[in-house]
Amino acid sequence: MLSISNLHVSVGDKPILNGLSLAVPAGEVHAVMGPNGAGKSTLGYALSGRPGYEATEGGVHWRGQDLLTLEPADRAAAGVFLSFQYPIEIPGVPALTFVRTALNAQRRARGEEEVSAPAFLKLVREASKALRMDFDMLKRPLNVGFSGGEKKRMEILQMALLEPSLLILDETDSGLDIDALRIVADGVNALRSPERAMVVITHYQRLLDYIRPDRVHVLAAGRIVASGGPELALELEAEGYDKYLPPLTPERAA
Amino acid sequence: MSALNLRDASTFPSRRTEAWKYSDLRRWLRDAPEVSAAVEVLGEGPWRGLGGDQLAFGNGVETGADAFVGSGEQTLRLRFVSEAHATGHTASARIWARPGARLLLLESHEGRGSAYVAHNRLDIDVAPGAEVTRLILVEEPEDAISVTQAEVTLGEGARFAQVTIATGARLQRLETRITHPGRAAEVRMDAVYALRDARHTDLTSLVDHRGPDGRTSQLAKGVVKDTARGVFQGKIAVQRGADGTDARMGHHALILGERAEVDAKPELEIYADDVQCAHGNTVGNLDESALFYMQQRGLPLDEARALLTQAFLFEVVDRIDHEGAREVVREWLTARL
Repeated sequence: MLSISNLHVSVGDKPILNGLSLAVPAGEVHAVMGPNGAGKSTLGYALSGRPGYEATEGGVHWRGQDLLTLEPADRAAAGVFLSFQYPIEIPGVPALTFVRTALNAQRRARGEEEVSAPAFLKLVREASKALRMDFDMLKRPLNVGFSGGEKKRMEILQMALLEPSLLILDETDSGLDIDALRIVADGVNALRSPERAMVVITHYQRLLDYIRPDRVHVLAAGRIVASGGPELALELEAEGYDKYLPPLTPERAA
Repeated sequence: MSALNLRDASTFPSRRTEAWKYSDLRRWLRDAPEVSAAVEVLGEGPWRGLGGDQLAFGNGVETGADAFVGSGEQTLRLRFVSEAHATGHTASARIWARPGARLLLLESHEGRGSAYVAHNRLDIDVAPGAEVTRLILVEEPEDAISVTQAEVTLGEGARFAQVTIATGARLQRLETRITHPGRAAEVRMDAVYALRDARHTDLTSLVDHRGPDGRTSQLAKGVVKDTARGVFQGKIAVQRGADGTDARMGHHALILGERAEVDAKPELEIYADDVQCAHGNTVGNLDESALFYMQQRGLPLDEARALLTQAFLFEVVDRIDHEGAREVVREWLTARL
């Protein structure tokens, strides 16, 4: 169970999350939807421990562990995976090298044995085939010169190889055409399991046609303001976020 | 000022000499040091395993010859070994590559002992159509002083490629002056420096294009930590009549310590027409978003930093054509990051 209670997060002096509470049981997929600027990406960064995103109040627990006290790498070893909205380019580090280094760092942190190079290559060949990725691309520096769609597939490939237990997908559908979206969604759906919890952060309902959520939450002005079943996403698609936005002040109306 | 001579303290430059502004030799060396006793040079040095002939100096004194003439395809290990305490020595070597020769020059500066002063002079003559690849590994004690001055003269259509890998000393300067005749001759001059503690490295170079249609490509990258200081002074001159010159220079450094310093002085001096010259110089820190991304995937911060740093520097190492030598450099550098 992922349990977020009364979470307040500031970036610099600016409060972004203002008392966000959310519970996601293992085995479930929850969508977090909201307008631009609601704090969706901040939620992903706060859960994964990005420097500069300071939790000033509240708590985050995953499988009984207090995530806020852990370094980002230790959170990763504890199962947290954030699929970035804009995956970062790492010049000079081949994708294969990067993922194997990451996997073995996590395994070391958990006191597990490292994966040998041949065993790792076998895993990568299977996983990349399922995502219809060109294996040779993985010999190139991570994400450097990759298209938007290739970067997103690379995120899902890493997810498949690192086998996290808490998956946070930040706008995974942005920049994907329909075919790529289907492949990526299949990759995500293949990871659904009774032990895993998923938080799917998205602005649009489209992605949820492919990754069916158990619950949908509306994030506005730094808090969860409404929750419901999958039908809530359709309602948002039809009616927009207006009714969840704070009332217009004279200044905003002008 | 007259040429540096360890026996004559009046030739020791201070920061008042423009070319030595960032490397004040006189600050560390006021008087002429006592002359080091000769030492025997043992083993094959860091380039062992790549074969070839050897030209070796122990505290400035040659073991056998002090000159080498290369013809055909050859490998030469050129070793400057210092094993001294608070004394000084000068080594002088001459290398010729005959027309059509392909010489792999594997140079090493192997310092042991402490507080020594080493002065190395090297003349390299590359005949028309010959090719010399000079790879230099420099490892010295943190309190040593060393100045290496190489004069390189190229014939028409000659190719000269150099890669320096330096880890610094109290004051360490590697100078390369190349006389470039143009006329299809090609120069590649690369360098990597990785400095920690209070170490200092100074890479000073001049490529002097004197004839038309010459090419030069220069890429230097460095990482400085703690209170270390890296100096890059690269100058490319294109003389009157050296039209059609294509010269590119890049220097990029990472400063990983709040008190570390990089001084960069890239210079292009152009007196010819129709040339293509460019230089780029950047000094910065590791990309924070890349560091976070790597940590999010499970790499501890130290490991993420090391991997990014290595990738940054290896861009230069990967430009070494000779596979065996490239592997030696990769391993050597990795062990020192």
